Amino acid sequence: MHPAPSVIIFTVLSGLGFGLLTFLGLGLPEATGWAAFFYFAAGFALAVGGLLAATFHLGNPQRALKAFTQWQTSWLSREAWLSTAALIVLGVYAFAAIFFNASITVLGWLGALLSLATVVATAMIYAQLKTVPRWNHWLTPLHLLTISLAGGAMLAQQAGAAAMLLLFAGAVQIFHWALGDRRFEERGHTIETATGLGDRGKARLFEPPHTGSNYLLKEMAFVVGRKHAQKLRLISFAAMIVLPLVIVLLLPMNPFTAVIATLIYLAGAFASRWLFFAEAQHVVSLYYGASGSNPPYQPSLSR
Amino acid sequence: MTRLPETTQKKLGLVIDLDTCVGCHACVTACKGWNTENYGAPLSDTDAYGSEPVGTFLNRIHSYEVEPTGGGCSQTVHFPKSCLHCEDAPCVTVCPTGASYKRSEDGIVLVNEDACIGCGLCAWACPYGARELDLAAGVMKKCTLCVDRIYNENLPEEDRVPACVRTCPAGARHFGDFADPESNVSKLTAERGGIDLMPEQGTKPVNKYLPPRPKDQMKDMDVLTPLIEPVCEEPKGFLAWLDKRLEAL
Repeated sequence: MHPAPSVIIFTVLSGLGFGLLTFLGLGLPEATGWAAFFYFAAGFALAVGGLLAATFHLGNPQRALKAFTQWQTSWLSREAWLSTAALIVLGVYAFAAIFFNASITVLGWLGALLSLATVVATAMIYAQLKTVPRWNHWLTPLHLLTISLAGGAMLAQQAGAAAMLLLFAGAVQIFHWALGDRRFEERGHTIETATGLGDRGKARLFEPPHTGSNYLLKEMAFVVGRKHAQKLRLISFAAMIVLPLVIVLLLPMNPFTAVIATLIYLAGAFASRWLFFAEAQHVVSLYYGASGSNPPYQPSLSR
Repeated sequence: MTRLPETTQKKLGLVIDLDTCVGCHACVTACKGWNTENYGAPLSDTDAYGSEPVGTFLNRIHSYEVEPTGGGCSQTVHFPKSCLHCEDAPCVTVCPTGASYKRSEDGIVLVNEDACIGCGLCAWACPYGARELDLAAGVMKKCTLCVDRIYNENLPEEDRVPACVRTCPAGARHFGDFADPESNVSKLTAERGGIDLMPEQGTKPVNKYLPPRPKDQMKDMDVLTPLIEPVCEEPKGFLAWLDKRLEAL
């Protein structure tokens, strides 16, 4: 799948934002006044900034409000509702904490729950797609959720929670990679099932439908950069999990170390999310001649 | 509304005969022509005369080569692919705005372009690559089964079929109602063993593909065949004269 920067930025930043807001809603740390102001400002900036980035890839963003209508069937619509609800509830909670030094526990817990649900809804947009076997697994929501909570715990300066969540997120990440690598073949999708020609023999693409590229190839048959996937995995794992874990465990937790750890984590998370998209193979690539490790047809017209 | 209808009164769709299709791309051209000039945003092209032309198409023809397991000649199969108007259409339920819908009266899957935000999620959800986001209009385009032709009483009756079906010179495309067991498409599907594409995705496509008939097998050849003397000998009479004259030129 095409790793569009807008979607990578959106999922990573808003994930981190809602992770932080979850901890703030739970009263970890129980901040009031100026401290609360800075914590919530960071949480809202990340969450809202991410959501805004997501609208950049829309063809007609001026109609984005219509995305609230189909919550009964669409995870994207549910995400719109849950994120808005989380931001409103935690907005009220933050207002009380900043200006009245009051922690309205019920609102905080509700906001935390809605923040968690938002991250799950975002993940379900990907996990629901049968057409992308690598994503179509319950590990996908767990993966995005643990990554976002680990980052949130760091920014909220919860050393103990951050350490445990980083370990958990690291384990889930490794499983997601390992299972994901086998997932396409396990599902049994081949060029033969795609064309229905399997009962007579082995099929291969003889001619693509056109000499140029098209929307489908650009969006869903992305092949660039897969050869460096293993190196990128190591780099992203080191930056997203190992280095922040070392900082969290060995250095005293203060705003400075929290921000440093989070920045390193972010670099790793961006790499991990890039791979999340770039390594995901869509079944439509079968019609363009992809099989096993062979990439689909790519036009070689560019001079 | 992106909730799928429980049942549809009709199941309009296409039968595509892979045995007959010659891969001429006439259906691609007819489709692009009709759907650029009629319903919805035109199917735009980008860099149409440049080095990297890209355009929106609702129907594309792939060609595959099949090597029979039991030996024999390889077979070239031309493979037109457009929206299959699935009964369990995953592209419809993922739509956040309600722009994508399946009609309960005839089962056609359509996009209301005024409500489409161009998020592209429906194209991701489709296993068949039947949906393409138009780069100029920013809305999702897909086969409408020529909904503006099939019910159009301003057209002569023979034209009230999808443009691809009307134009196909090989008669490889058939349009009809799969809910009616007596329809041409239902009968063809039953007779020729029509199949679903990627059935393991569970989309229950309405459109069916008729598999190509197996090719004749080559009869066993005598091992001495290459040694047989050539039948053609030196020309005589007029041909010999012509041969000489031409040789002399």
